[in-house]
Amino acid sequence: MTFIDDLLLAILVILAVSAVRSRDLLAATAIAGAYSLMMALLWVVMNAMDVAFTEAAVGAGISTVLMLAAISRVGRLEKPAEKSSRPRRVMPVVASVACAAALLYGTADMPRVGDPNSPANSHPGVVKRYLDSADKPDGSLGEVGPPNVVTSVLGDYRGYDTFGETTVIFTAALCVVLLLRHGHGTGGSPARSGPGAPRTLPPVQTPALTAPIAGRRHSSGGDEA
Amino acid sequence: MKTNSPIIQMVSRFMIPFIQLYGMYVFAHGEVGPGGGFQAGVIIAASFVLLGLVYGWDYGRSQVSERVSDLLAPTGALLYGLIGLGAVFAGGAYLQYAAYTDSDPHHVHLAHHLGLIGIELGVTITVTFAMVTLYFEMSRVSDEDQDGLADNYPAHSPKAGGQDD
Repeated sequence: MTFIDDLLLAILVILAVSAVRSRDLLAATAIAGAYSLMMALLWVVMNAMDVAFTEAAVGAGISTVLMLAAISRVGRLEKPAEKSSRPRRVMPVVASVACAAALLYGTADMPRVGDPNSPANSHPGVVKRYLDSADKPDGSLGEVGPPNVVTSVLGDYRGYDTFGETTVIFTAALCVVLLLRHGHGTGGSPARSGPGAPRTLPPVQTPALTAPIAGRRHSSGGDEA
Repeated sequence: MKTNSPIIQMVSRFMIPFIQLYGMYVFAHGEVGPGGGFQAGVIIAASFVLLGLVYGWDYGRSQVSERVSDLLAPTGALLYGLIGLGAVFAGGAYLQYAAYTDSDPHHVHLAHHLGLIGIELGVTITVTFAMVTLYFEMSRVSDEDQDGLADNYPAHSPKAGGQDD
């Protein structure tokens, strides 16, 4: 088991470095997808099936496609890095090495993965209620019902948090619509995009944040606006 | 983005219903196995994204129109919130599903089950159509003015990446 862990972690580091070093954004996106797949395998090794599932579906699946969609807008190749002075090149290395050293120093004090005596696993309120006595009336199985404890925690004990997560996802879609759909009208309702319809947002009042996108849209696809 | 390869078109046409069925399975089995609303929503959205990738933006949007996705994305979150609010009006705390019924253990169990399924359905709907919206809004420009982008980046070649329309 430890050999598999070490192998997966080594592959993760190699993939992460090569994704950062690649100037071809398409290749970097593919490598990031492979990184997520390795991460999903690592979650499986740690018996975190729900997390592995999410990582594979969201990390390796949808976010790769969304990155590809973004690349189709911004261009495939990264601009060549400009020559910068020596301190400006060295400082990021120093900062990341210092962060890595601090994190490694912190992991030395952490309990082993799955250690039954670790604080997280020996806390009576958490483990006894959610995991240990799942078949007893005061456990999650008797109290909530589903055999999958993760669902009990996410949907019932912590339902409010999951509501927040859902709102975050919806807000992301809302922001993308507000930023990128400007000037296209709404495809589904001809009444608002018709010739006589009032424009909801004249180009003069375009917020500064959307100006570059909207400007390019008007120059190249202005026939729809 | 679009492909003219008949093999890819045929295979994806065959696979899309199975992807959607699998997404519904993941939603329905979130209580007994790995899965749940988020994963199910992403998987169902992936089938629409595949449609957009293979058959082009216009065909993909004709299958799931802006009006539909704009309407359903907030509906899921609203369903979640209303299930929570309903528990408040029934005399309990927000999202306390047991408030919907009396103190009979069987009824309490059922209330928990139905409440969980209800919120998972809300999450599934919102995630599905939020992801569909994200993809179609971000990829809209690539079918319309690819040549406009090529001016900024001479080495940029979207046509080499399998986009040969």
